[in-house]
Parts: sequence; structure tokens; C-alpha cells
Amino acid sequence: MDGVNTVELAVFVAFFLVVTIMGFAAARWRRAGDLMHLDEWGLGGRSFGSWITWFLIGGDIYTAYTFVAVPALVFGAGAAGFFAVPYTVVVYPLIFLVVIRLWSVSHVRGFVTPADFVRSRFDSPVMALLVAITGIVATMPYIALQLVGIEAVLKTMGVTGEWPIIVAFIILALYTYNSGLRAPALIAFVKDILIYLTIIVAVIVIPSKLGGWDAIFGAADEKFSAAGSGGLLLGDAGQLQYATLALGSALALFLYPHSITGVLAASNRDVLKRNMSALPIYSLALGFIALLGFMAIAAGTTPVGEDGNTIVPRLFQDMFPSWFAGVAFAAVGIGALVPAAIMSIAAANLFTRNIYKEFLRKGATPKEEAQVAKIASLVVKLGAVAAIIFIDPQFSIDLQLIGGVIILQTLPAVAVGLYTRWFHRGALIAGWAFGMGAGMLMLYNVPRIGPGGVVVREHWGGSAFSLGKLGFDTTYTVYAGFLSLLVNLVVVVLVTFVLRAMKVDDGVDGTSPTDYTAEREDPTVRDLPDPLASDPPGTATAPAR
Amino acid sequence: MSSPDSPPAGVAPRRSDRSPWNWLLVVPIVIPLLVPLYNRREPELFGWPFFYWVQLVFVALGVLSTALVYRATRRSAAERAAARSAAAGKPVSRDGGA
Repeated sequence: MDGVNTVELAVFVAFFLVVTIMGFAAARWRRAGDLMHLDEWGLGGRSFGSWITWFLIGGDIYTAYTFVAVPALVFGAGAAGFFAVPYTVVVYPLIFLVVIRLWSVSHVRGFVTPADFVRSRFDSPVMALLVAITGIVATMPYIALQLVGIEAVLKTMGVTGEWPIIVAFIILALYTYNSGLRAPALIAFVKDILIYLTIIVAVIVIPSKLGGWDAIFGAADEKFSAAGSGGLLLGDAGQLQYATLALGSALALFLYPHSITGVLAASNRDVLKRNMSALPIYSLALGFIALLGFMAIAAGTTPVGEDGNTIVPRLFQDMFPSWFAGVAFAAVGIGALVPAAIMSIAAANLFTRNIYKEFLRKGATPKEEAQVAKIASLVVKLGAVAAIIFIDPQFSIDLQLIGGVIILQTLPAVAVGLYTRWFHRGALIAGWAFGMGAGMLMLYNVPRIGPGGVVVREHWGGSAFSLGKLGFDTTYTVYAGFLSLLVNLVVVVLVTFVLRAMKVDDGVDGTSPTDYTAEREDPTVRDLPDPLASDPPGTATAPAR
Repeated sequence: MSSPDSPPAGVAPRRSDRSPWNWLLVVPIVIPLLVPLYNRREPELFGWPFFYWVQLVFVALGVLSTALVYRATRRSAAERAAARSAAAGKPVSRDGGA
């Protein structure tokens, strides 16, 4: 191969080897009991304290793709790409009270997935199956996108071809299989130290090379005025989209199975509450990362080929000595491994608990569960690699966009369900179906607008749905996920009224009110419960309160 | 393996997450969503347009309010000790409150 930067590649590979060793060694780390148990393999023994949880959830939701795609968006569109900051500001106060309830009820009842909760709370295997499938479908393209992040870095180093990604993911798959959630939790330390180091250096070194922040914002302003699209500020029509996208994404974030996996692995409620104040440090970092997009404009950085995602790696390459660029690339590469591992574990948990055990093999023992989950995590990752190699990566990017919209449709059951059981199980299913339909219809009708206002593609072009299409006399756009969630909620409420009036049976609540406020010390909280050891909770015996 | 799925009745303490302090959480949710308030260039800070630096200030706002709510609603050391001794065997039903 020509044009490979050997220094960068050597540093990158060295870090990759270190985390590989850590990934395998993680199986022995903080080991409590038998790893052949879903609680151990899939939730790290539910024992992570504040620090580990911070690294784990941080590694989980601020992914390599975020680090590559957000500045690429800012590079291309300006202010609109900065939505990632309000999104990650709003999310923590929004979920502050919700995640602790989810943690408590899951620990009392031995839930491993959000679908476990829905199954028990609403006594509805169908809704639980919908939640599980929605979660898996939304997560798969997200895993594939992590590969896009690694690919961007490899391309910049001059490494082409598919084999490096295949090798990276096989190694990842093996140590995830071996160590479960402990592997990404341990590797997340390395990832974050490298990421923070890179950002701090970037924010100090690059602006001084480019003549200060004035020059950076000035260059960006010039570029956008010349191009006639994007800008340093939002246009009038884009403001509603900006706010609804931030809010909608925030609502979606902790519905994703991998975020919930991170939450459930925490050792107690206070760990989560403290993390709601500590995790925004990543948001601050994300703000600076987003501005790398403007720095790239000021530096005149050009992407590799047509791939906009290579903007940030290229900027690093231009601005840093090779060895440090290698460190920065390692940060992105390892940043892809951590979330990919957690996501595949979360998807595997969903498959095992809510599809395999629920429908295929009811009497599965905890050991069988763990074995199935381990194999499922392998399959999920191989699927992601196949998706990137055999299908256009753009397909994964589009799917991930859709993923945010569809995962929002589980909000009434998973999030609102933590507060009230007023919603009828039949209504939840109807709401899910209508919300999903509305969301797909809207996304289908979003064209992709290229430079100069040219329509590049008629359909599936983004998530900004034009209100004009609904007959409103306006150019405002709104996040499709947000609108479809409103449709969902309206349907859930209306159908609940109807079903309640018709006195349709709504099953038995498998949880009790005290479950939702349970603390670690409570007698009802079991350290390593037999998860759903007998019947899944809520089947018949639980008393209605 | 035969542990019942419902916890033993009367043992789990009744608590509540309700607190007037929780209303503080609304502030960092609502303010970042009021885009027209900050979609402007002036005043600049260190060359940053208002739009950009103020949103980083919002991060601090979020940290501040979640930290305040956490401190204000944290159970007292005595309560936590009571909960631990309850876990050790003595059934307690009066714990919690509010």
C-alpha cells in the first residue's frame, strides 16, 4: 500500500493491542461470581460505582461516530450541527428522576432489558416483543456506524481495504464474548483518557496555529456566506428543528438498549444521580469537538475523497506531528470499540430475554441464557461488519437516523410506564403502530437538499420534516421523531379511554409501587437475583396493588 | 431458584422521590430549547459568537441544577444507616417518609 503514514499507524496499532489485552483480561476484573449468568456477563454483576459508570455511560453515548460526524456536520452546515450540545445538556435533567426508578424496579425484579420491564408492568408479551425488536433494529445500524468511524481514521492514515476493519471487529467480538460488559467498562478508561487528551491539545494548539478564535469563526462565516447555505447562526426556519431535534434526541437517548444497559449496571441510585451531574463534562468536550468543524474550515482542510467523515482525522493530520495524530486516531478507533461492544451486549440481552426465552425456549436456565447472549453478541457484530462491507455505509447512516425515530415509539411504555400504569396495553401497541407509521411516512417525505438548494434525493433525506407538507403556511421544519411521538401519545391516550370504557382486560401489574423507590440496602433488592427464575414476573401470581 | 417474584410484603420501605427541589430540573431542560433567545452573535466572548459560548454555559447550568437537586434530596446518613440495618435482618416499615 502506498501513502501509509507508518508513524501514525504504529501508534494506532500499539494502542489497539493494549486494549485488546485489557479486553481479555477484563473477565477477571472485579469478578464476583459465575460469568455464565446474564447478570454477570451482560450487566457486569450490577456492581459499577460512580467512576466506572461515568466512563461506561460516557463511552457508551459519546461514540466515535459522534466525534467524527458532529464536526463533519458543523463543517458542512454550521450552527445546525451544534444541536448535539443542547441535546446532551437537556438529557440529564430530563432523565434524572426516570433512570433511578428504572434502576430500582429492575433490581427488585431482576430485569435486564427495558422489554423485561414492559412485559411485567403491562402484562403484555406482545408489547415487550415490540420493544425488544424496536431496540434491536435501532441498535444494529448504530453499531455499523462505529465502523464508519474507524474507517474514516484508517482511510486518513492511508490504510485501504476491508481487512483491517474485519480484524478489528473479530478481536472485539472475541473479547466481548469472553468478558461481557466488563470489557468495554475497562477499555472505556483508555478511550476517555485519550479523547480528553486529544481535545485539550486540539483546543490549545489548533486555534493558536490558525490565528485565534476570531479567525476561525470569521473563516466559517465567510465560507457559509459564499456558499449561501448553512451559517454561523440558525436561519428562522431552522430554529424549531434545532430545538425539537435536541429534545427528541434527548428523549430517545436513554430509551436505547445500550444506555439502559449502562444504567442497570450501576451499583446504586446515588451512583446514577451523581453521574447526571458528571456526565455533562462529556457534553462540554462535545462542544469543543463540534467546533473542530470550523477549525477545519479555517485551516482549509479537505476530506479524503468524498468522505465528509474524514474531516476531523484530516485536520489532526495537518495540525499535529504524526505520533500525536496517531494518538488522536487511536482515541477515535477505541472510541468505536467501547460503544460497539455495549450495543452488541444490549442487543444480545434483548434477544435472549425477550425473544429466545419468551418465545423459543421458555425453560432456559441462567447458564443457557448467558450462552445464547454471548453467541447473539457475536452474530450482531458480524451483521454490522457485513452491513458496512456489503452495503453502502450511507445506508447505515440513514438507518441510524430512522433508529432515533423508531426508538422514541417505545417511550410511552418504557418511560411513562415507570410513572403510571394508566395506559392500556392494547393502547400502547396501537400507539406504537401509529407512531411508527407516522414516523416512516414523514421520513420518507424528507428530501435531501444538496449545496445550492438542489434536491439530491427525493426521499429519506434527513429528519427535518417540513411543516408546509401538513398544510401549514410556513417554511419551518420539525424533527420527525418528535412529531411521530406526539402521534403515538395521542393514540395511546384515545385508545386507552376507549378500551377502558369497553372494560377490556388490561392484565395484572407485575410490579409493586415500592419497587420504584427501592434502594440498594432494601431487603427486596437482590444482589444477584435469579432473573425470571420461575415464571417471568407478572404472569399470574403477582398481587395487584 | 424458587424465590418468589414478589418481594415479601410489608418489608419494602415506602419512600417517595417527590421533592419541591425537583422543579429545579425544569430550568436546564427549558432554557436550551428556547433557541430564539440565544440565536445571535453579540455579545461575543474571546471571539466566540454568543450562540456558541452560551450553550457551553448551559452545560454548567445543567451540572449545577442536577447537583443541587442531588444534594438537597439525598437521604441523611441516619436514614441510610437505618436502611442498612434493615437489610441486615430487622424488618423496618417506617423508613423513608415524604
